[in-house]
Amino acid sequence: MAATPSVSVQAEAFDTGAEVAALAAGRTDIGAVVSFTGLVRDLTGDLEAMTLEHYPGMTERELTAIAEDACKRWPLDGVRVIHRHGRLTPGDPIVLVVTASAHRRAAFEAADFLMDYLKTRAPFWKKESHRNTAGGWVEAKAEDDTDAARWEKGKKVQK
Amino acid sequence: MLILYFASLRERVGYGEETLDVPTDIVTIADLARWLSTRSEGHSEALANTAAIRVARDQVHVDFDAPVEGAREIAFFPPVTGG
Repeated sequence: MAATPSVSVQAEAFDTGAEVAALAAGRTDIGAVVSFTGLVRDLTGDLEAMTLEHYPGMTERELTAIAEDACKRWPLDGVRVIHRHGRLTPGDPIVLVVTASAHRRAAFEAADFLMDYLKTRAPFWKKESHRNTAGGWVEAKAEDDTDAARWEKGKKVQK
Repeated sequence: MLILYFASLRERVGYGEETLDVPTDIVTIADLARWLSTRSEGHSEALANTAAIRVARDQVHVDFDAPVEGAREIAFFPPVTGG
């Protein structure tokens, strides 16, 4: 039976462990749960904060569409997506993707796909403020488009 | 029609949304962007480089050749950077 994805867009932090446990709670047919947690990263020591703007309404709609697409491509028993908005600081969790399936390959691949599609389709924009240098809007990366394009060729990732 | 701007486009325009009566000779979103560009210097700057702008019609990603007619809201924004 196809999973019904659960999607949240929120300012609040999330608990990865609790979300993973909730997805498999009361089930005995799930053999694999994969979770990806994205954190606010500071590679230069200069990042003061990251503020995420989004498009209320479209964001939820787009995340749901991406999650439903994943459910069509892989035999999933559960999908949970949480994306935060507002002001975040280095080390803060920013995005969570959890997938559950009878088999690990489907769960791994679907989580990878969800992140690739989310990064190129979900209407979020990051603005950085730095301590010592000028901040500004984060530019989209071409590699995010090539990552997402991997899933256009076929339904499964090639080895 | 509700016109929305996000992120750097919102900052250049000076606000995030405006409700406008769009002339009937505006057929595509590309036409709409050209028409909006004449509204202010900020609009003109924000909408100058259409290669670096993405659009959504009623909250669904579309291309610049998508029709304007029948839309409730059209949003202009830079390529997304979530995740």
